[in-house]
Amino acid sequence: MKYVDEFRDPRLARSLVDDIAKRVTRPWVLMEICGGQTHTLVRYGFDELLPKQIELVHGPGCPVCVTPLEIVDKAISLASRRDVIFVSYGDMLRVPGSTTDLFRVKAAGGDIRVVYTPVEAVKIAQANPARSVVFFGVGFETTAPAHAMAILQAKRLGVTNFYLLASHVLVPPAIETLLESAKNRVQGFIAPGHVCTVVGFQQYEELAGRYHVPIVVGGFEPTDLLEAIRELVIQLEDGRAEVVNQYARSVSRTGNLAAQHAVEQVFEICDRRWRGIGPIPQSGMRIRPEFAQFDAERVFGLEGSGAEEPSECIAADVLMGIRKPMDCPAFGRQCTPESPLGAPMVSSEGACAAYYRYRRHGVEAGMKG
Amino acid sequence: MAKRPEFDGVLTCPMPVGVHDRIVLGHGSGGKLSAELIEQIFLPAFNNSALNQLNDQAIVDFPGKQLAFTTDSFVVKPLFFPGGDIGSLAVHGTVNDLAMGGAQPLYMSAAFILEEGLEIETLRRVVQSLQRAAIEAGVTIVTGDTKVVEKGHGDGLFINTTGIGTVQRGLTLSADQAVPGDRVILSGPLGDHGIAILAQREGLEFETTIQSDSAPLHTLARAMLDAAPVGAIRCMRDPTRGGLSSTANEIAAKSRVGITLEESCIAVREEVRGACELLGLDPMYVANEGKLVAIVDPCVAGAVLAAMQQHVYGREARIIGTVTESNPGTVVMRTAFGTTRIVDMLPGDQLPRIC
Repeated sequence: MKYVDEFRDPRLARSLVDDIAKRVTRPWVLMEICGGQTHTLVRYGFDELLPKQIELVHGPGCPVCVTPLEIVDKAISLASRRDVIFVSYGDMLRVPGSTTDLFRVKAAGGDIRVVYTPVEAVKIAQANPARSVVFFGVGFETTAPAHAMAILQAKRLGVTNFYLLASHVLVPPAIETLLESAKNRVQGFIAPGHVCTVVGFQQYEELAGRYHVPIVVGGFEPTDLLEAIRELVIQLEDGRAEVVNQYARSVSRTGNLAAQHAVEQVFEICDRRWRGIGPIPQSGMRIRPEFAQFDAERVFGLEGSGAEEPSECIAADVLMGIRKPMDCPAFGRQCTPESPLGAPMVSSEGACAAYYRYRRHGVEAGMKG
Repeated sequence: MAKRPEFDGVLTCPMPVGVHDRIVLGHGSGGKLSAELIEQIFLPAFNNSALNQLNDQAIVDFPGKQLAFTTDSFVVKPLFFPGGDIGSLAVHGTVNDLAMGGAQPLYMSAAFILEEGLEIETLRRVVQSLQRAAIEAGVTIVTGDTKVVEKGHGDGLFINTTGIGTVQRGLTLSADQAVPGDRVILSGPLGDHGIAILAQREGLEFETTIQSDSAPLHTLARAMLDAAPVGAIRCMRDPTRGGLSSTANEIAAKSRVGITLEESCIAVREEVRGACELLGLDPMYVANEGKLVAIVDPCVAGAVLAAMQQHVYGREARIIGTVTESNPGTVVMRTAFGTTRIVDMLPGDQLPRIC
């Protein structure tokens, strides 16, 4: 397949791996920030491929994983109402709230629909004027423009029964929190290519300068990631800390200005709690008061459930790359994708789920003959 | 302003959501939740040797004959899709369940559950298609039933079928017979049916229309059995719901063997791959309705493969893997990079990812 196969070419991958092996002289700890990147690394078995000196740790960039319990509970309470059509991306449906998940709410009679784009939810609202249509808008800088556009479109079309339950988070404040932590081991970052497609990478230049850490804006295909790893190794071995854009086919320094404009119109920066991590200042986005009529939290008067997350799993450490999924005593035992104990086990982008699905045993592969 | 969190390793984690007290859609996905229903509800109630084999069909003794017996229900939406419709699918699904046991399909029943308000013309088209497919497959629809449910209590039209066929005495194809060293053969590219349905349902438009692979496989199965001595083909399965991953995992679990698949040998059509990339789906988990997987003695794998490639529904057949002694109960994929990963059954339906 064009524009995909080129980036999955085993020969190119092999030559990149060989080059990395030639250049690396000591151990380095690298973090891929985005869950999509984690998924690729684990799916293609990069731990078997790369030299042992390179340790990859997985970052907090899984939107499903970091959406706070309180928001999931609010989603569940809205989706349970008879007057509401609740619209969501597919992988939010299995995320456990305090007592249940959206799949079970659907089974109990909730009108829950899965779409690929929030604009579909606006269409559903137009087709069902007597009911309230709530879209569950979660994610990073990547999904925010589509959610902003849905609100702008609803406003333009005069749709008054469309609402957004918004919970957006921003990557740089989380990385800064990690870099400030005494426990941090990460020496180089692969920045999330799709986030940077929207917002550019100027903010990452500030981080690289302030913390003297190399950051490579990386894509999601195997050779994208290998190129990013090679660039990080080159810089680390040289003692440099620069921002390099490996994913130039999608990312520019300033990003997508039209998308940024839509986001600025509709959202404002706020403090936000991250599931598995805790509150991070100025790390989220909420709907501006001018668009309050579309804000599900305001319109439906949803109170915080105050739900506290119990401390059985090590999600915080996994999401911040301090420990690996297999270090958790619950991994693969009490905690599986069928009954996830921690958020990173829920989404296929979550580090624990990726490990569970692809790498939970030390398997021997022996295809004879 | 919120305070920066300290990472003391004891922060957070959501409560586990307990076992299901209601049916969720995932119970019908052919993955782990489906298996859980069978193990916890159906098997304890019906417990008998024919059922406990958990093959696509039951083989039962009948005076003078070995009978293959199966049942299936069809709830596909939309009713008509590129490459087929609920009528032809009902025949192919039933015939294939019999064929995977090595049976010659003979008779079928067809029961229709109709929703009030369904257009008669729609029913007529479905029934005509069902009859055409039955003629192609050499089965006769010998009994039927009709029920009508109130509007809103059905989805237009559901079909339930049973199928009966005969099996050569002494022939046993079963998921518990795979032996280390056996080859895994797949009859063609993966994912056509599931993606054709999804594209139609979601109104996705691609440059070419993706056609369902829905087809009767009994003559292909016959050709394979004729190419090998009795016992050399250990098992045949059609990877429908849950896709190849579920089928391979079931065989690995029942035979207590490992299965290693070679990613580069598993064909997926260009347009299906494109759709899967776009939707964030893995073709290994997407349904097929005209493909089969066979576990075959390595000595005759070449002959069976050649026979398949002569057949219209097996032209693109490939050897895709090997049964191993190591990793019993586990399916391992070897990637084009020479690395490996586990191919697990999905807990429920494949969920489209956020981004």
